[in-house]
Amino acid sequence: MTDSMAKLLKVGSLLLLLVLALLFPFIAGNSTYVTIAIFAFGFAAAATGWNVFSGYTGYIALGHAAYYGIGGYTLAILCQHWHIAGGWIPFLLVPLAGLVAAVFSVPLGAIALRTRRHTFVVVTIATFFILQLMSYNLRGLTNGSSGIDFPLITDWGINIPGISFADFYVLPFYYVALALTLVALAVSWFVRNSKFGLGLLAIRDDEDRALGLGVRTGPSKLFAFVISAFFAGAAGALLSYYIGGVQPTFTFDALFDVAIALMVFFGGIGTLAGPILGALVLESVQKYSATVFTQGGGGVYLIIYGALFLVVVLLLPQGVIPSLSILWNKYVLRRIEPTDAAEDTSAGTPGAGPVGDRLPRVNEGASA
Amino acid sequence: MNVLEVANVSKSYGGIVALNGCSLNVAEGQIAGLIGPNGSGKTTLFNVMTGYEKVDGGTVTFAGRPITNAKPDTIFGMGVGRTFQLTRIFPRLTVIENMHVAVQRQGMLGLLSRWSSSGEHQRALELLDFVGISRLKSLPAGNLSYGQKKLLEFAFILIANPKVILLDEPAGGVNPAMINVLAGRIRELNRQGITFLVVEHNMEFVMNLCHHVTVMHRGTPIAAGRPAEVRQNPAVLEAYLGD
Repeated sequence: MTDSMAKLLKVGSLLLLLVLALLFPFIAGNSTYVTIAIFAFGFAAAATGWNVFSGYTGYIALGHAAYYGIGGYTLAILCQHWHIAGGWIPFLLVPLAGLVAAVFSVPLGAIALRTRRHTFVVVTIATFFILQLMSYNLRGLTNGSSGIDFPLITDWGINIPGISFADFYVLPFYYVALALTLVALAVSWFVRNSKFGLGLLAIRDDEDRALGLGVRTGPSKLFAFVISAFFAGAAGALLSYYIGGVQPTFTFDALFDVAIALMVFFGGIGTLAGPILGALVLESVQKYSATVFTQGGGGVYLIIYGALFLVVVLLLPQGVIPSLSILWNKYVLRRIEPTDAAEDTSAGTPGAGPVGDRLPRVNEGASA
Repeated sequence: MNVLEVANVSKSYGGIVALNGCSLNVAEGQIAGLIGPNGSGKTTLFNVMTGYEKVDGGTVTFAGRPITNAKPDTIFGMGVGRTFQLTRIFPRLTVIENMHVAVQRQGMLGLLSRWSSSGEHQRALELLDFVGISRLKSLPAGNLSYGQKKLLEFAFILIANPKVILLDEPAGGVNPAMINVLAGRIRELNRQGITFLVVEHNMEFVMNLCHHVTVMHRGTPIAAGRPAEVRQNPAVLEAYLGD
């Protein structure tokens, strides 16, 4: 297969996936499945944003639930104070909510990023608990443990013959969640291919060496952190609006961090598609099992999660996308190896081939 | 004219003295060698010259400007590149991506541009070709052999157009056929105006390549001169064979 054919196939597949995503609500034919998809895409956006920071730099942040919460609360407070009615306007404020979360992340990130490795993880967790406590205690702003309800949506202002209000209700949320995911993916792709992104990946491999080569490690890490907080905040605003309210317990939810980290690791950390795949699979499994298995306190999804992770850890230990990528590269290498071996007799002459004493190993760990 | 000057530098780790009033000059346009038994302070000297370690006392200057205890990126930005004894490349980046890491010193707008379409890309490919690993450009650098990693590290230092390059055991782990090629490349770059300071245990490589050799022992230079002179120096023989 030539390079141009492979590129064409890739673009074609992506377009097909996009068309499927756009038509999904009509294919699914059931608002329950669309609801599951709203959460899956909301988490996919947050996980993709998280991956821009944690996946590319190798700094594992476990406090992004704070920014998810800030996003949710920002939208709820804005709707309450500006007397915004339920409908389309709150969607327009979702980016603003993400922006507020991003602004919060600047000082918090600057403090946390003075540390590395395990200490960094602990500091990010601490920032989450501080903000959760603030949401309980700043009652004048957050209404304490009672939280804030979003305005009810009674009319979207659009009537499509044959589609009831109940069925139409989920569609705007679905398409906004999908759009947010696509924006997160575009940003992640842009970062991955920029010099800035290359600096982040260099930090992941050897931060001190990168610094020594002139990579502005501090500002780069902080900028990536702010990007990831923006998407966590935007996802928090959107999903909180869909749920209908914010409360400290579930809007600042520590499990959010565990969830997005697992999604990214499941799909493949540091890859473009991994976080989306992980979110679509895991969030769908969780929501679907909670719908189907109503007995047992809704914990059945944990068993399914466990089984899925067992399969991935045993068979695809680097996450689904990188593991499949390695298998594919091994297959390709097996096919081209005889030719390469013949060519390698020229090894050692600059400008005429590889300098080496053996064939290069397969392309392990490459980003998809 | 000396491009690098180390004057009376000291460095200790707890009770262990790594550099003891060490002084060293590297003349512009020279290929200088730095040899000595294991633990004589060669790598520590490299570290203090490039900002990876802070000195306890003494001064380091580059082209007449003080760089004592300056940060590694500042020194690199001024034009002093270095490689490491144990290579420090970026193993999960591809070979070509590694080449672009060293050209990150630019404004925010420049950083947001695509690295693969930058003006440096062609030069990166040429440099990979120069050291003979251009065909491996798409492979993750971690998959290269040890010698190939050495060559990659050498190449990605070159892309930043340094005035002085400090090479820490460049021939270590490189296959014998390639060592001669590597020496040829160093000479070629030297003719283009780049000054080299080379730490190396391969005596044949050092003696054939360097214009001037300094011998370190217990954290201080004990002899310096042309390779043929140093080779005959009794203090050098004593340092290598005496204890």
